[in-house]
Amino acid sequence: MSPTTARSKPVGYRPGAGSKGANAAVFTVLAVLAVLFLIPFYLILRNAFATDAEITAPEWMWFSPDPAWGNLQRLFDDPAVPMARSMLNSAVVAVLTTVGTLFLCTTAGYGLARVPWRHANKVFYLVLATLMIPGAITFVPSFVMVSSLGWLSDYRGLIIPGLFSGFAAFLCRQYFLGFPRELEEAARVDGLSHWGAFWRIVIPNSGSFLAAIAVITFVGAWNSFLWPLVIGRSPDSWTVQVALSTFLTAQTVSLSQLFAAALVAILPLVFVFLFLQRFLVQGVAQTGLKG
Amino acid sequence: MAVSTETAPPDATAGAGGRAPRPRRRKGGWRTALTFWYFVGPFLAGLLVFTYIPVLWSAYLSFFDARNTVTPLPEDFVGFGNYVRMLQDAAFTDSLVTFTVFAAFIVPLTFACSLGLALLLNRVRLMRAFFRSVFFLPFACSYVVASLVWKMSIFNGVRYGMANSVLDLFGIEDVPWLFDPSPPWYWLVIVSLRLWIQCGFYMILFIAALQQIPEHLYEAAYVDGAKPGWQTFWHITLPQLRATSVAVLMLILIAAYQAFDEFYNLIGNQAYARPPLMYLYTTALGTQQDLGRGSAGALILALIIAIVTVLQGRFLGFGNAEEK
Repeated sequence: MSPTTARSKPVGYRPGAGSKGANAAVFTVLAVLAVLFLIPFYLILRNAFATDAEITAPEWMWFSPDPAWGNLQRLFDDPAVPMARSMLNSAVVAVLTTVGTLFLCTTAGYGLARVPWRHANKVFYLVLATLMIPGAITFVPSFVMVSSLGWLSDYRGLIIPGLFSGFAAFLCRQYFLGFPRELEEAARVDGLSHWGAFWRIVIPNSGSFLAAIAVITFVGAWNSFLWPLVIGRSPDSWTVQVALSTFLTAQTVSLSQLFAAALVAILPLVFVFLFLQRFLVQGVAQTGLKG
Repeated sequence: MAVSTETAPPDATAGAGGRAPRPRRRKGGWRTALTFWYFVGPFLAGLLVFTYIPVLWSAYLSFFDARNTVTPLPEDFVGFGNYVRMLQDAAFTDSLVTFTVFAAFIVPLTFACSLGLALLLNRVRLMRAFFRSVFFLPFACSYVVASLVWKMSIFNGVRYGMANSVLDLFGIEDVPWLFDPSPPWYWLVIVSLRLWIQCGFYMILFIAALQQIPEHLYEAAYVDGAKPGWQTFWHITLPQLRATSVAVLMLILIAAYQAFDEFYNLIGNQAYARPPLMYLYTTALGTQQDLGRGSAGALILALIIAIVTVLQGRFLGFGNAEEK
């Protein structure tokens, strides 16, 4: 990439080198910070598998000597706690939001980047303008719309308004502008339409970009709280975040159940982090370029 | 990483106008128009229905006494009444003060911590991937889950809470972190929570930016006798991170402006520590369902953030910095 690689390095220059002591200090600082960062996860685990009496004991307890593995089972068996239902709702909302956003925003982004219609730029400015308005502040106007459509406490109200992300469309447009044009032109010469080239050539060759957008959308949808709180009026339509928040503020469940519920709620994303972190990191790096 | 550099928007608007020549196909052809609408139509329709129409509708509602209704009668017209009442309402102005205090804490702290983590990670050789994952992992936690842990386990204000257990080791009395507005210890709870969740996110951005800094700059600095460490950081690393730093500061600020989840779950609708969105939520969707006033508030807040964005862009040369 840089022409300097061919040149010889200055004498005595060792990139990133420090004394042994400095390196050890950096490592120690990082290790201490890592422990601090993991404490909340540790607390969730500890409390999810303890009894209430153990959690509230005045003596500090590292782990329950007799872990209450049954807490999870009891959480799902308790008819007063809509845990299974809220997990299902979250899964449906997060998956459909991801699929819908991917479909709508990649097609829109591709159209804006590649179809040379005369007024394409004017449409693009309409999309750009929405980036100026922070999403959370539009929840009042969106609520007005959704309630007059009769979509309160409904999957439609939870999912559909979130699909039209101007930002995702913008990212897709930027990505497709950088997509090698020769590949598509070869396909067009072979008689494929724009639509055909998009599905047969462009999409299959954009796997890692699409995965990045998908993962970041999924995480956002799973963790989102304000909009589901506004829309989910009946307990049947609560997502897991709204359910957790209700348990927390109304104090309707025991402490150990509360933490067991928190554990269940973060598990899907912990798996995403473990197995798809590469795409997530890439997605974050892309999102950050918003500016 | 390769993809992200490709997609780096040099400037959002420059790409639209000054691109390479389009293919020969006639631009005005109805077939091209049809193809364009195939691709963009569904998205644009959604954008109109779920962004543009609601915002306009809301602007309309903001001039009416619209309680519990989205279709007010003509006689409920109040002109700028909602705006005037909003700006005179101490709770609204207090919420702006709350946001200002919050931003004063969270923006510099997040910036310093995420940059610090990125620099440390850049130096360490051993277990780098592990550390990166650990610092990034809190991003998997929702604000609701984090609030739950912070409120019920770390800062619960009673003896068995973690923070108080630690204080106990030093013989310090229990502190009721969240439940007593004076002294305002709740800021420590709120700020540490957000710091924990978002540091890793911005750290990733800084790591990506650090890797873009050309090695030869450091070599040249070495030849010119710059001491590694502070001098190199101040004169090479920091200026090279300028574009990313500006973007990160902006993102942290806008995110802080929209803070709601942790305030709602940690403190709820109390007279203290009520950020703008909390105020908006209780006005528009509380028992009153005052959508007229809620709409006025939403528009005022949107206007403030738009002004801040534009001003920041002007002063910090946002677009120019990105172009490099």
